[in-house]
Amino acid sequence: MATPLVVSEVAKSFTMHLRDGIRRPVVANVSFSVKAGECVVLGGPSGVGKSSILKMLYGNYGVDEGQILMDHDGKLVNLATAEPRTVLEVRRTTLGYVSQFLRVVPRVSSLDIVAEPLQARGVPLEEARTHAAELLNKLNLPRELWSLPPATFSGGEQQRVNIARGFITDHKILLLDEPTASLDAKNRAVVVELIAEKKAKGTALIGIFHDEEVRDAVADRILDVSAFSPRKAAA
Amino acid sequence: MSTLPLLKVNDVSKFYGSRIGCRNVSFELYAGEVLAIVGESGSGKTTLLSCLSTRLIPTSGIVEYHMRDGQYRDLARMGEAERRFLMRTDWGFVHQNPADGLRMTVSAGANVGERLMAVGDRHYGNIRATASDWLERVEIGIDRIDDQPRAFSGGMRQRLQIARNLVTSPRLVFMDEPTGGLDVSVQARLLDLVRGLVHDLGLAAIIVTHDLAVARLLSHRMMVMKDGAVIEQGLTDRVLDDPREPYTQLLVSSILQV
Repeated sequence: MATPLVVSEVAKSFTMHLRDGIRRPVVANVSFSVKAGECVVLGGPSGVGKSSILKMLYGNYGVDEGQILMDHDGKLVNLATAEPRTVLEVRRTTLGYVSQFLRVVPRVSSLDIVAEPLQARGVPLEEARTHAAELLNKLNLPRELWSLPPATFSGGEQQRVNIARGFITDHKILLLDEPTASLDAKNRAVVVELIAEKKAKGTALIGIFHDEEVRDAVADRILDVSAFSPRKAAA
Repeated sequence: MSTLPLLKVNDVSKFYGSRIGCRNVSFELYAGEVLAIVGESGSGKTTLLSCLSTRLIPTSGIVEYHMRDGQYRDLARMGEAERRFLMRTDWGFVHQNPADGLRMTVSAGANVGERLMAVGDRHYGNIRATASDWLERVEIGIDRIDDQPRAFSGGMRQRLQIARNLVTSPRLVFMDEPTGGLDVSVQARLLDLVRGLVHDLGLAAIIVTHDLAVARLLSHRMMVMKDGAVIEQGLTDRVLDDPREPYTQLLVSSILQV
């Protein structure tokens, strides 16, 4: 079976220059891989580095050591050292990310926010909007909100816009940072269903879920991030 | 995606006598890429922009541009006439103060039409039609086409300047603090407009700004300048969310949360 993501001996620390240069190690020796159609859940207590790992996988955080290898259109790309334009290209076609919070752009409607990743890949606007509408409908976002920018939406409504935006493309790798945190039971079930659909299509998923019910429903494997604690590595 | 860079900048430095404007700057810019240059006043970002856009000749280093005929040309070795033609057609320059980029005493329509005439358009009807189309795109009412920009608000003037620059379908646009001096609601509208146009037209742009929120919203890549040198660069969200250099950390941590 194909393995679209391999992480090898990745280490990360923050140096806080404004705090006398304190160096705060986050993770060390992170190594794992994710197969097509598999959902790996990052586990472990708060502050252990789960979100930092996801952000490194997305190129949002820099990587001090190690490799993050992705299968991008049949080519192997090391995201840890890739040029910005390569990272952007990988994000456009291979790597999706559902963040915990939506970064709102003033004046852009929810429907267009969801449609945008498809449009960026060359899908005509109307077609992209049709797909966006299907997803928002599935996630039970009231139709009268579709034409509004999500700035004034509730947390759960914003999160559903965010989920729809992340799930609309057929990216081969999808990162999920607590996508169900502020959703009610009905919508959590929709997300579980969407994840199952992605798995069936062969998407590799890596996620953080604090909700045990959701975690048990989607996880093929739970990776305990405490094992990558730099203190442990030093000991 | 084009595989050849539109602009190649190699080790560019500019000195004003013994004082440093900018030093040893190298990068490549590709079609469709938006690069933000950030840093505080006096960090050399405007000097660098001027060197790139041939408004200043660098003391050392080379800036090469990929012409429409597929050749790279060293901008400093280009003739004055050729350089001006490039600036009027293939490039745009959006100034912080719209009065520097507009002709304040001719009508809005003529401000846009003038660039079209520079590329050889002579049919009055076509020019006026294109001009009104562009005014609409930048959200200026068609009923204002015969008014002079003197009668426009700051935000409208800035939108008119953008229309004037984009009407000839340039491939590269330089912007110097495009939202400076506008109040925040006007800024948001302008940013959204610029973001949409850059995306729809596949423009490459270099934007000088001291506003990190503007850089976050508009740019793909970022360069942070201090004392004339580029101290950190990379993907915009990487630089803003995981700043590595002391000065970048100071800049990012100085943003007020609203």
